[in-house]
Amino acid sequence: MNKIVSKENLSEKVVKFEIEAPLIAKSRRAGHFVIVRVGKKGERIPYTIASSNPEKGTITLVIQNVGKSSQKVCQLEVGDYVTDMVGPLGKATHIEKFGTVICAGGGVGVAPIFPIIEAMKKAGNRVISIIAARTKDLVILEDEIRKLSDEVIIMTDDGSYGKKGLITQGIEEVIQREKVDLCVTIGPAIMMKFVSELTKKYDVPTLASLNTIMVDGTGMCGACRVTVGGKTKFVCVDGPEFDAHQVDFDEMLMRLRAYS
Amino acid sequence: MPTQEYLKTERAQEWREALRKTMRNKERTDIPRVKMPEVDPEIRSHTYDEVNKGLSVEQALNESHRCLDCVDPTCITGCPVEINIPKFIKNIERSEFLEAAKALKETSALPAVCGRVCPQEKQCESQCFYTLKLNKPAVAIGHLERFAADFERESGNISIPDIAPANNIKIAVVGSGPAGLAFAGDAAKMGYDVTVFEALHDLGGVLRYGIPEFRLPNEIVDVEINGLKKMGVKFETNCIIGKTISQENLKADGFKGIFVGSGAGLPNFMNIPGENLIGVMSCNEYLTRVNLMQAADPDSDTPVHIGKKVAVIGGGNTAMDGVRTARRLGAEKAMIVYRRSEEEMPARIEEIKHAKEEGIEFLTLHNPLRYEGDEKGRVQRMLLQRMELGEPDASERRRPVAIEGDTVWVDVDEVIVSVGVSPNPLIPSSFSGLEVTKWGTIVVNQDTMQTADETIFAGGDIVRGGATVILAMGDGRKAAKAMDEYMRGQKSEGQ
Ligand SMILES: Cc1cc2nc3c(=O)[nH]c(=O)nc-3n(C[C@H](O)[C@H](O)[C@H](O)COP(=O)(O)OP(=O)(O)OC[C@H]3O[C@@H](n4cnc5c(N)ncnc54)[C@H](O)[C@@H]3O)c2cc1C
Ligand code: FES
Repeated sequence: MNKIVSKENLSEKVVKFEIEAPLIAKSRRAGHFVIVRVGKKGERIPYTIASSNPEKGTITLVIQNVGKSSQKVCQLEVGDYVTDMVGPLGKATHIEKFGTVICAGGGVGVAPIFPIIEAMKKAGNRVISIIAARTKDLVILEDEIRKLSDEVIIMTDDGSYGKKGLITQGIEEVIQREKVDLCVTIGPAIMMKFVSELTKKYDVPTLASLNTIMVDGTGMCGACRVTVGGKTKFVCVDGPEFDAHQVDFDEMLMRLRAYS
Repeated sequence: MPTQEYLKTERAQEWREALRKTMRNKERTDIPRVKMPEVDPEIRSHTYDEVNKGLSVEQALNESHRCLDCVDPTCITGCPVEINIPKFIKNIERSEFLEAAKALKETSALPAVCGRVCPQEKQCESQCFYTLKLNKPAVAIGHLERFAADFERESGNISIPDIAPANNIKIAVVGSGPAGLAFAGDAAKMGYDVTVFEALHDLGGVLRYGIPEFRLPNEIVDVEINGLKKMGVKFETNCIIGKTISQENLKADGFKGIFVGSGAGLPNFMNIPGENLIGVMSCNEYLTRVNLMQAADPDSDTPVHIGKKVAVIGGGNTAMDGVRTARRLGAEKAMIVYRRSEEEMPARIEEIKHAKEEGIEFLTLHNPLRYEGDEKGRVQRMLLQRMELGEPDASERRRPVAIEGDTVWVDVDEVIVSVGVSPNPLIPSSFSGLEVTKWGTIVVNQDTMQTADETIFAGGDIVRGGATVILAMGDGRKAAKAMDEYMRGQKSEGQ
């Protein structure tokens, strides 16, 4: 049982929680995730750890209120408990000084890319953050991301804020303008597929953080499997980040529809 | 382990002598073997109730008379933990059922579990005098074991073992499967301060997430775990050793010894085309959804495919559990696809029998080559290769060989892959100081279960790479004893 110590609505559909989890706060690094379960009949759902405070013994999760299970989490209030939480899971992001790094997060991917922006910046990279949303009201964590990035590009589908267009347009603009050493992308699978196709064209090494269906999150079931470079990998233990140019996104998109 | 001396003394006790004289051996061997009362196959293929109902007192008494209390009880040699089998059965015969349960507990930490899931026909019952010399069905040792353990539990008189005074030495156990539970019980008895860490949100390992309730009700596992709690064992769920708490932090927290019972949780796939289609999944995923996450309960948030034409690939206990679960969830056609013949199947004979009674089809000597899906990527049919048996291979089972050109398409809407598991890599990949084989199992000294790091012991599937509940339990007990000796040695050295 982990207690919720603060709750903030970042947008109509996005909630930020600070939750007590001293052991996880101590051992987590950028890229790690946790599995959360609410209620005895609840599902086990993976969420990226957005940040942590080891002194206070808390971690921060940013949760998009889509679907039945995340709704259950979002209904919790300060002082409530999540039934189960386990982590940190997955492999931490490989952080080093690459040079210029694009961090491209769209929709659900903005929160999980936040800790990577932070760690990449700390390692001395020039960080260009590109965040994309459907419309202005759905742009989240902008201030936090501005503080940590050398440049921020905001893209909205409807042009209500930042530039009008898709995330790939923002990325292409930067790649055409200057040398980019690495691109990290997190978001809906279809978006990562297009980002990957684009950066492949320009030969920019790209990491994608995959959000497949999971059950245990510890490598026990294979629900999360994807094909990377022709081989089956388990996202929860071998990932969540993979060389985007090797990922079979079409298969991943298909598998994401397994229960819909 | 019982010595010959001990077995002899026990057998020479007055009450046993007297009991043997109450009936002639001829009369004993004329009694037919008891039949386990079962729920009707038609009813049980739609419910999750336990299939075996357990022996009545009368049936158990009757069966116990079949045991001849042999001078040389060969059955014991067939038992991986050498339960004093005649002693517990003769206690049943004299109606001392609680004494019988006590006799089981001298060597077995989980008799109610083992009575239900042990492959007795390959162990004790294969070495029974009836099997070896009389060519008659063995004494139903497994059924009697279950009877005594259940009687004790239902009587509410579960004996809590004597516990040595606390020695304040902290021991960590990784994993709450049978290996970890057995270790924890014995270490607690010896006075250690034991904490069991479990990665999942519920305790029991395979006993919880793998073996279905129609074979091993959760209640049985709960009782065992509650017993350990009463003995002072602490449990931490949602805690992955090597991730949530590192090896170094365990040490820093004052844990002087570690027992690793992390199991063989990593499911194998066959790496054939179409294996990632929707509706194809590992048996671990299927059983975890249904057992741990209760996906079949309409109130549960976790979904599960309800296949109408389900194929389960494999011939082990896991495969039988998968296919019988699919049947219960509503499969009209539920099939086992196995590349060898029924004779080579590793599953318990009782499971195969139960599966057949429940209408499971057996496609033996068939091996999947590929799966094909519809436009949405849902599995639709599978191509099977017909096989025949060739020469025996390393496992001494006859090797299946493909019959060139003989293939067949079979329609399916769900495929459950149950072709074995590999050792859970979490500990081998995050601990230093261990020796690990190329298969990913942890190397131990066979007599002590001690690893290359002398403070770390290991047992169960993480050492054997997939075995049985009783072997895992036996390892746990052996390790507890050896760790105690090691700790005592350390203490006297330190003085
Ligand atoms: C479906 C199925 C049916 C079976 N049927 C039978 C049968 O009929 N008879 C029989 O004898 N055997 C059967 N077996 C085999 C038997 O269950 C296993 O051999 C036995 O459970 C192994 O016990 P264990 O304690 O080594 O591991 P497990 O039972 O696998 O337990 C390991 C536990 O450790 C946890 N863990 C792993 N890593 C960590 C970590 N780093 N930190 C914390 N926790 C961790 C896991 O979550 C798990 O709960 C069956 C197996 C399956 C899957
Ligand atoms: S979620 Fe089960 S193996 Fe990855």
